[in-house]
Formats: sequence, structure tokens, C-alpha cells
Amino acid sequence: MEEQDKILNEVTQGEYKYGFVTDIDTDIIEKGLNEDVVRLISAKKEEPEFMLQFRLDAFRKWQKMKMPDWAYLKIPPINFQEISYFAAPKKKAQYESLNEVDPELLETFNKLGIPLEEQKHLAGVAVDAVIDSVSVKTTFKETLAEKGIIFCSFSEAVKEHPDLIKKYLGQTVPVADNFFAALNSAVFSDGSFCYIPKGVRCPMELSTYFRINAANTGQFERTLIVADDDSYVSYLEGCTAPMRDENQLHAAVVEIITMERAEVKYSTVQNWYPGDKEGKGGIYNFVTKRGVCRGESSKISWTQVETGSAITWKYPSCILIGNNSVGEFNSVAVTNNYQQADTGTKMIHIGKNTKSTIISKGISAGKSDNSYRGLVKVLPKAENSRNFSQCDSLLLGDTCGAHTFPYIEVNNKSSVVEHEATTSKIGEDQIFYCNQRGISTEDAIGMIVNGYAKEVLNKLPMEFAVEAQKLLQISLEGSVG
Amino acid sequence: MLSIKNLFVSVEGKEILKGINLEINPGEVHAIMGPNGSGKSTLANVLTGKEGYDITEGEVSYNGEDLLEMAPEDRAKEGIFMSFQYPVEIPGVPMVNFLKTAVNEHRKHRNEEPLTAGEFLKLMREKKELVEMDTQLTNRSVNEGFSGGEKKKNEIFQMALLEPKLAILDETDSGLDIDALKTVARGVNALKSPERSTVVVTHYQRLLDYIVPDFVHVLYNGKIVKSAGKELAHELEAKGYDWIKKENGN
Ligand SMILES: Nc1ncnc2c1ncn2[C@@H]1O[C@H](COP(=O)(O)OP(=O)(O)O)[C@@H](O)[C@H]1O
Ligand SMILES: [Mg+2]
Repeated sequence: MEEQDKILNEVTQGEYKYGFVTDIDTDIIEKGLNEDVVRLISAKKEEPEFMLQFRLDAFRKWQKMKMPDWAYLKIPPINFQEISYFAAPKKKAQYESLNEVDPELLETFNKLGIPLEEQKHLAGVAVDAVIDSVSVKTTFKETLAEKGIIFCSFSEAVKEHPDLIKKYLGQTVPVADNFFAALNSAVFSDGSFCYIPKGVRCPMELSTYFRINAANTGQFERTLIVADDDSYVSYLEGCTAPMRDENQLHAAVVEIITMERAEVKYSTVQNWYPGDKEGKGGIYNFVTKRGVCRGESSKISWTQVETGSAITWKYPSCILIGNNSVGEFNSVAVTNNYQQADTGTKMIHIGKNTKSTIISKGISAGKSDNSYRGLVKVLPKAENSRNFSQCDSLLLGDTCGAHTFPYIEVNNKSSVVEHEATTSKIGEDQIFYCNQRGISTEDAIGMIVNGYAKEVLNKLPMEFAVEAQKLLQISLEGSVG
Repeated sequence: MLSIKNLFVSVEGKEILKGINLEINPGEVHAIMGPNGSGKSTLANVLTGKEGYDITEGEVSYNGEDLLEMAPEDRAKEGIFMSFQYPVEIPGVPMVNFLKTAVNEHRKHRNEEPLTAGEFLKLMREKKELVEMDTQLTNRSVNEGFSGGEKKKNEIFQMALLEPKLAILDETDSGLDIDALKTVARGVNALKSPERSTVVVTHYQRLLDYIVPDFVHVLYNGKIVKSAGKELAHELEAKGYDWIKKENGN
């Protein structure tokens, strides 16, 4: 038994590969948070009055709120006055060509494996890259504009499409929805905005990369996606951060709205710095993601591969208002060393014949804790609604924890809710069997974990799936052989 | 090829193997027989590098190298194969992926190009016929939902794919009907060559009618208490193990 743990320990101590810091000039404001800071952020961004009011409203509500403590997480006290709420690369956004972009910044993208120029030509992925919460470059904008698709940084959207922002911002996640959403609403510095007009299928995957670079700053980005009638978009989000000994706070908000028969697929590969082997450093990731299926027969699916962050608190949810609307949540969450994750979803059935599916695959290793928390709520009028939930936990070794907290509320007789859960362990015998066939322990764990997570990985867009597969292996391995 | 000298092994403080000596030369077939609990699987596990065994004394060399220093996957790639007494199920990992990875790891070790999917499927078809494996089985996860007999056939199928130099078959005959037994034996015999050796671990003499050993050893209470030619197997079959137990003061 001890031997097995030793192997697993070695194997699960992979190194974080994105932990570099980029030396770019940063415009950073004093630590601390008060109304003046909120006003300063709004002023720096040259925002219209309605945005300032939105922020101030959120800030005032936030001041009266408490950090949530119901999650299965040990969260060290966070001093919100010790954080700087605005950091931006000094050379500002809105470049005409890549030549104008700070070369250090371009180098960062290269290290991340997302050279913008390359992407433009090869991948056919439109990228909005956000460093320290400021959008740096949105590629492919012209191509998208031809179809009437708006895909730009949030700041730009505030300036150029204030009517849309005014109409949809905070509709899905109200400013006082929760402590972190309120904080985000008060101080968010940038993010992405996307609008798909009626009847348009977005011809390419839209993608945002988030990166925290500056020290002692929080990252608060905001994403808003609106899919009008009969439209479709697949949206990808990736993120990385430097290795630092201090913890850094990330509190994002994502809002999605789908109109009649519209569909949004939102995929995330979350790889924030998880902290070191002793649990020092790492990102505190408190994220509010919610989608509303407003229109009939519309669909929102969340797919997430969560491998990073010291603490993850995240419940991408669907509010199914339109009749026959569909919500999906597909998740793989890996925790290793001292990482803690409390993640899951909420499916709120309001319209008739609404359907939701939840597939959650937790993988825990080291001394980590991994919890699934999910709410399925069927309202009285949501007749003939269906939910299926499958929550699996996989354990590597016996010093980690896996927990499942399903909450089910069904308020009518015609709806059916099914919940299945399993817990399994990668056994010493399975690994030895692979070894005996010439397969190393690393590869064996990779194979078993990927097999286990396949159902979710298959939901990711192709290129992303390959990346996610590698990431799973990397986050669980490293030093054997 | 394999030389075991004065091997003592304990598990959790309990001594299981108590001074094993065994020489295996290329081309030879050795049978290791003995009652339950005598240490046969322990010996097989130690040779293939399973964790959890304390080697308190002795040495094992394999083609001139210190076998006990080698990682289990390296032993495998150097040609040591074990047909498991209890093959484990690995849900979620398709047989085909598993086998292709195994075969290509072996090839990489020999500085050979990996097989393409097409080449691999062809090889698989060939070997499946040899052991009369149900074609559907390779579409499943590793050993998942296989019957006892299917699991054993699957072991020999893997052996046929990997073409080991030293195959250790741990009770491959248990739970097999006579037809399956013959098929398994055919698979083993097909690999027989002057370079390859086989160790057949078994409780019964039955399998040895089909895989004829050059030497038979009786392992009892952690020691090889008797070694002889194939006639020893028949003698054991006729007299039972009580005879050995008595001779060894039990
Ligand atoms: N992991 C283990 N822990 C404790 N005792 C073990 C373990 N493995 C084997 N043994 C003991 O070692 C002895 C030999 O077992 P084994 O090698 O499986 O015998 P055989 O294969 O000849 O039936 C038995 O007494 C068995 O109970
Ligand atoms: Mg045995």
C-alpha cells in the first residue's frame, strides 16, 4: 500500500508549464477597494455614466455581502484591501496590426502556444486575448463583421454598442447575485462581448484566452454572449497564470442569453496556476457562469475541463425558461496536491418539456479535495421536464477526497429526474497490468484518466480536445521515468 | 537466460519465498507446480516487478542484467511477459488502444517504427485467429465484462502480439474447459522457438499434456523441493501433493 502511494505521489507531481512572467510595462493602480477606486476604473476606461452607475450599485451591494461559506472548501481569509483592482499592459489595446503589439506580449502568446498570426491563418479560430483583464487583440473581427457578428473586447463593446450592453449586462447574473459576482460587477476591467444576429451560424469557433500577469492583482473579467433567434456559436475559453508564491484572486462572470432556437456551446479549459506541491500559491478561482435559455427550443451547453487553480468555486448553470429548451453541463475537474475544487451546476427548469443533462467527472490525487455540487430544480409549470445526472469520481491514491452534493427539487408529477453516481479508484493492479505490457505508469494513468473522461472530452471542439487530453495527463503526472 | 539465486522474499513481514534457485535457458519449458499458497504467484510477481515485495536476500539475473533493478515496464519490453492468474479490468480503456500502445512501446524499445492503425489491425486479426478470440472482445474495455475463460484467452492473445522471450503463465489453465485449454496451448506452442522460454505455473498436470515441459519443479512452502523431467508431473497427478507435504515434514 505504501509503495503504491509512493508511486502515485511521484507520478502526480507534474510541473506547471505556463508559470513564466512577461516583462511588459503595466499600468497598475494602488491596492485597495473603495468607491473612488470603482470610479477610477470606470474613468480609466472612459465609460459612459450607465456603466459607472452599474459598478457603484454593485459595489454598494457587495459591501453589505459576506463571502459564501457553504462550499466544501477551506478558504484562507482574503484581504480585499491588499489587492490591486486594475492592471493593464501599458501599450493599450486596439492595434491596427500585429506589428504594433508589444513584442514581449507577442512572445507570451507564443509561449502559450497561441501565436495570433498563426491562428489567423491556420486554425480559423477568432481569438480575443485578455491579459490582466484587458483585451489585447481580437483577430478575425473583419471576417465576422461581414456576417453581422460582433466579437470584441468588453470595453470596446461598451463604447461601440452601448445599447446592447445596457440591454443585456447583468440580466442573467444580477449585480448582487453573489459576493463574487457583485465584486466582479464593481471592478471588472475587461472581457469579451459577443453578439450573433438572427439566423447566423458563426462560421468559426470564437475563443478567448485569459492570462494573469501582474503580481498582487486580481483578475476580474466579464463575458457576455447573446445569441439571437436561430443563431449558433461555439465559444472557447482558456486561461493560464504565472507561478507565484502569493495567491491571486480571479473572479469572473460569464453571462449567456439564447433567444428562440438559438444554441451556444461554451467550452472552458481552465489551467490557472494551481500552486506548488506544498500548496503554496495558486489562483483562487471564484467564477459565476450562467446562461438563460430565453427562447423556445434554445440550447446552452457548458463543457469544462478544470485542471488549474488552488481553489475552484464554480457552477456554470442553465435557466431553462423557453419551452423545449435544453441545458447541458459536461465537466472534468482534476485536483492534485493541495488543490480544492467545489464545482458543479444548477439546472433550473421553468418552461415545459425542458431537458437537462449533467455529466461530471471528478479526478482527485495527492492531498486534494474534489466536490461535485449540483442543483436540479423543476418548477411547478415545467411539465414533462427531464434531467439526467451522472456524477463520477475517480481517486488516485488514498490521501485525496471526493464528495458529491446533489440537490434535487421536483415540483410537478410529470417530470423525471435521474441521478447516478459512482466512485472508483485507479488501482495498483491496473497500473501494474499496464506496466507488465510495457506501458509506463505515467502513460497508464494518462490512458485510464482519459478513458474515464472521454465522454466529456468528446464534447470539446477537436483542437481543444487534444490539448485538454494532454493537460489532464500533465496535471496528474510529471516526474516518473 | 534467467538465473535465480537463493531468493528470499517477504510480504508485510511474512517470509513467502525461502531460498529459490532456478536456471532457465533459451528454448526451455519449465513447469512450476505446487499446492495453493506455496508461493508460485509471488515468484511470478517478483520476476515481473510488482511492488510490495521485500527481497531480503538473493539475486536474479536476466540475460546478464540485474533483473531486480529494472522497472516493470522495462522488464516487459526486454521480453518478460506474464499471463496473469487474475487479469484486472480497466474500465474506459479500449482493448485496441491498450494493445496498440503496448505493441508500439515494445517496438520503440527495439528502435522500430510504430505500427500504423492499419498495420496494427492486421496484426491483431492474425493473432486473434491463433487463439480463437471473439472479434467483439477487442472492442470492449480491457477485460471488462470478460468471462473467466475469455480473460485467460486474452492473456495468451496479448502474449502472441508481444512475442516475449520469457513467458510466465500463472495458472492460465484454471477455469478453462478442455477446448479452451487446447486453444491456449496452441497459442503458447506456436511461439515456441530455440530462443524463447516458457514458465508454466500450474496446479494440475492437465495443461502439461499440451504444453510439454522439459523440467518440472515442485514449489512447496516457499522452496523448490523437487525438480525432475516431465514424468514428475504425472507422479504428482497420481500421488497428489500430500506426498510432498509428508516428505517435507508437514
Ligand atoms: N500481498 C500479500 N499479503 C500478505 N500475504 C500474501 C500476499 N500475497 C501472498 N501472500 C501469501 O503468500 C503465500 C503465497 O501466495 P501465492 O504466491 O499467491 O501462492 P500460490 O500462487 O502458490 O497459490 C500465501 O500464504 C499468501 O497468503
Ligand atoms: Mg497463484
